[in-house]
Amino acid sequence: MQLPNPFTSWFDARGWRPRPHQLEMLAHGLAGESALLISPTGGGKTLAGFLPSLVQLSEPHKNEGIHTLYVSPLKALAVDIARNLDAPIVDMALPITVETRTGDTPHSRRLRQRSTPPDILITTPEQMTLLIADPSAAHLLKNLKAVIIDELHSIVSSKRGVLLSLALTRLRAHAPQARFTGLSATVADPDALQAWLAPAGQTPVPLVLGRAGAAPAIHILASANRVPWSGHKALYAIPEIYAEIKKAKMALVFVNTRSQAELVFQELWTANEDHLPIALHHGSLDVAQRRKVEAAMAANSLKAVVCTSTLDLGIDWGDVDLVIHVGAPKGSSRLLQRIGRANHRLDEASNAILVPSNRFEVLECEAARRAASENAQDTEYPIVMKLDVLAQHIMACACAGSFFADEVFAEVKSAFTYRHLTRARFDQVLDYVATGGYALKAYERYAKLKIDTTGRYRLTHPLLIQRYKMNMGTIVAEEMLKVRIASVKNRAGKRTVTGGRVLGELEEYFLSQLSLGDTFLFGGEVLRFEGLDDFGALATRAPGRDPMIPSYAGGKFPLSTYIAERVRLLLADRAQWQLLPTQVQDWLNTQNWASAIPRADQMLVETFPRAEKHYLVCYPFEGRLAQQSLGMLLTRRLERWGAKPMGFVASEYALVIWTLADTSAMIASGRLSLAKLFDEDMLGDDLEAWLAESNLMKRSFRNCAIIAGLIERNFPGKEKTARQVTINTDLIYDALRSHQPDHVLLRAAWDDAADGLIDIHRLAALLKRIKNQILHKSLERVSPLAVPVLLEIGRESIYGEADDALLAEAADQLEAEATSLV
Amino acid sequence: MSNQHRIVLGDLELVPHLSGAIFVPAHHTLIISDLHLEQGTSLARRGIHVPPFDTASTLAMLAAVISVHAPKRLVFLGDSFHDGDGEARLQGPHFSQLRQIALRQDTIWIVGNHDPEPPQLLGGVGADEIMLGGLTLRHEPKRHLKDECEIAGHLHPGCGLSLRGRHVRGKCFVADAKRLIMPAFGAYTGALSIRSDAFHGLFEAETTKIWMIGKSGLHRFSL
Repeated sequence: MQLPNPFTSWFDARGWRPRPHQLEMLAHGLAGESALLISPTGGGKTLAGFLPSLVQLSEPHKNEGIHTLYVSPLKALAVDIARNLDAPIVDMALPITVETRTGDTPHSRRLRQRSTPPDILITTPEQMTLLIADPSAAHLLKNLKAVIIDELHSIVSSKRGVLLSLALTRLRAHAPQARFTGLSATVADPDALQAWLAPAGQTPVPLVLGRAGAAPAIHILASANRVPWSGHKALYAIPEIYAEIKKAKMALVFVNTRSQAELVFQELWTANEDHLPIALHHGSLDVAQRRKVEAAMAANSLKAVVCTSTLDLGIDWGDVDLVIHVGAPKGSSRLLQRIGRANHRLDEASNAILVPSNRFEVLECEAARRAASENAQDTEYPIVMKLDVLAQHIMACACAGSFFADEVFAEVKSAFTYRHLTRARFDQVLDYVATGGYALKAYERYAKLKIDTTGRYRLTHPLLIQRYKMNMGTIVAEEMLKVRIASVKNRAGKRTVTGGRVLGELEEYFLSQLSLGDTFLFGGEVLRFEGLDDFGALATRAPGRDPMIPSYAGGKFPLSTYIAERVRLLLADRAQWQLLPTQVQDWLNTQNWASAIPRADQMLVETFPRAEKHYLVCYPFEGRLAQQSLGMLLTRRLERWGAKPMGFVASEYALVIWTLADTSAMIASGRLSLAKLFDEDMLGDDLEAWLAESNLMKRSFRNCAIIAGLIERNFPGKEKTARQVTINTDLIYDALRSHQPDHVLLRAAWDDAADGLIDIHRLAALLKRIKNQILHKSLERVSPLAVPVLLEIGRESIYGEADDALLAEAADQLEAEATSLV
Repeated sequence: MSNQHRIVLGDLELVPHLSGAIFVPAHHTLIISDLHLEQGTSLARRGIHVPPFDTASTLAMLAAVISVHAPKRLVFLGDSFHDGDGEARLQGPHFSQLRQIALRQDTIWIVGNHDPEPPQLLGGVGADEIMLGGLTLRHEPKRHLKDECEIAGHLHPGCGLSLRGRHVRGKCFVADAKRLIMPAFGAYTGALSIRSDAFHGLFEAETTKIWMIGKSGLHRFSL
């Protein structure tokens, strides 16, 4: 394959040569074939995706509707992509029009795009869905030749990807001639992505590989200070982090959570004797503030940016030459992605430094470092079969026009994501969309969809379209409240608080825990909480005060299965310990002497007494979520078997349960069998019984109810917040559970919880793995390995206690003192 | 457990119940606020298909609390129906059940903002407000109470509590020496934080107490 003119001259003029994968993509594209391109950052991936369209459109042509749709998960990226495309189009004077369409695109431009569509439309997954929900979709898309999906690896692992996959089936129906091009970073399992792009049951699309870049240079920060036993703050390493920032041109300091970002930023600022320009970037900050930071990065006027996953993806913002990762990266792929943010030139190694925040994280960082150095990725499978997303898609189809159930079912089933969908399940979801899907048939006369005389499903009211558009999408954020700077006046004993400039947003959940006068870190400042008004939270600046730090919500990302396995191997293999810092080696040696180091295929269980209580600690290394679920289930069993469990705490690596009864003695006498305690049968009735009452299920249900359109967040023409108008989803959940336990939304909530919040699949894999492989040590006192998780007690939420017990205790405690009632 | 709690207002002793009802032993009177019956169908009319089980659940809870106290008088404190047509939308069995409940003793339907007219066919009598042993019973709390004490509903009071990283929320009774605001009784009724603007200026901070409704008992706090 050769580049045609004027493209050859254009490449020549810049001293470029088309890369083999770009030519390969061009060949596929010109032949009208779909393809998946996997290439590291800096490999000219986006250009490779667009090249076939540019070549096709370089010939004079009539405007006959959209030729190429480009989808990227990041709204901010759309404008930059359009700008980057301008260069070749202007240089070669190509007769090509390019426009963007995102949530921010004004209505007038959308109308114009409908009457005079551009050749290339750059958009987001949500806009793609809105496009197919439009009655003019068939007309707009009839000459569509190409769909390019960028960051495919990231899209397929979320519900956004599931919704997009359904929109693609509609595109295929409107434009059977269109080819589908996926662009992806390196993944462990390209097969899944290749299948995702093709209609179900057909051959997966061909794979094109870009050239691998230079292996990254990753180091673990060697600190002169002691690495703490537990915690996630990594404050011990601030002086060394600061020194590294000083040496670099520009550093990205990645952390895992917003509260960590706030804390690290503040500490760096305190250490900042040289007045280096260091900025903060996370999802809660006001958009304008974030854009300012990005612009400063692009202008290379910053020395470092402390950031969360908000900077994981996207275009290059300036000459970043160092990535510092504070806290363990939790997964190899995430680490590689983040490291890729430094130095986008393919042939030079990216530099990265990992900063473990506690001793277990030293092991985890070492495991991640080796995995990333080998370019080994975590295996992440595309998310499939979300019933709430299907409900939303059916509504989108209805908004586009009336439909036959048979046709939409066939279309949906052609998506990789719904290839296992049964007709019965589809009908159940369709019935839910039409009337709520209740056995009572109570809402037939209030139906949203009705079957007309031709047998088609049809919307009952045009207003439903507007409501659908205002509420579509799959990103269900926590309820957020705006945080505003307030001025407080005390006049004649009367206190008035007036709100001013918006600083950003915080979870309503977090704010509801604050009492008047509490201080917290936000946007790099210490703020004092001054109350709530109709618009959100009010706060004043409280410089010099100690902040009540936002509670650390655990690792935001679960420890990947792949890294977990490598940590177990590292722990079991004493030969590898010598690579670890001396203090960590000492720690492990003492553990070996005081208790035991398990083999990689074993799980260690320790029991020991401490301060009138008895502790049972196990080390599954399966991440906090799965271990919390395990803790919940084990305490139920221990309760039943008379061990009198009092509570438990799970970390990413270990789980501790404390009991009144002597578990060591119970095991010794045979009254408690560890094999039975950890038996897989806990995933039956015990799991059912726990989940039914669990708040996790309620959270999961709320998300599904919103995505499926049961609860609407936004209402046309009304300035009310969702909370004032809609009813509490917990109450709906309770009502459904007692009256219609087989309702499709309960099913959807259960599926989500099993995948995410409670990580049942991983727990099941763990129980299988450790069958007959439990190594028990009955000890006199706490072991070195157990210290970190014991230190988490009191710092972390304690599970296993009924709300009422907690309330009763609080009532006793708080009656006399100042209370934290809100 | 709820039997241990007493709320004293004016000269009357009031017994808060776990369901959100108040029993006045001296007058054999049971007070219930904000039933919001037919909330499900009211929302469904606008295409929001919440489960159609609220009326059945609310009536079942109502029957249960009545059988506990066997009152001689039953007072509904307004917003008994979620909207003005609620009574007409009651399904046959629910209508009969509610009529039986209303005819069992003296029943007074105080009207609320959601149901400005009392029910026509269910029995009982309607009223804007009534006096009970020196207390005024009305739907919406009166902004400035002079020489009266009142029991009101309307605001759906609720509160939350944080302890050891956990956050528990619930409906609550809230009262000072002159005023009691009752939680909403209906199955789908939510709760509004007593910290929010709507409660501003209604209670005297020093004497205010809160009885939070837990799963198995009430929990009393100072504000």
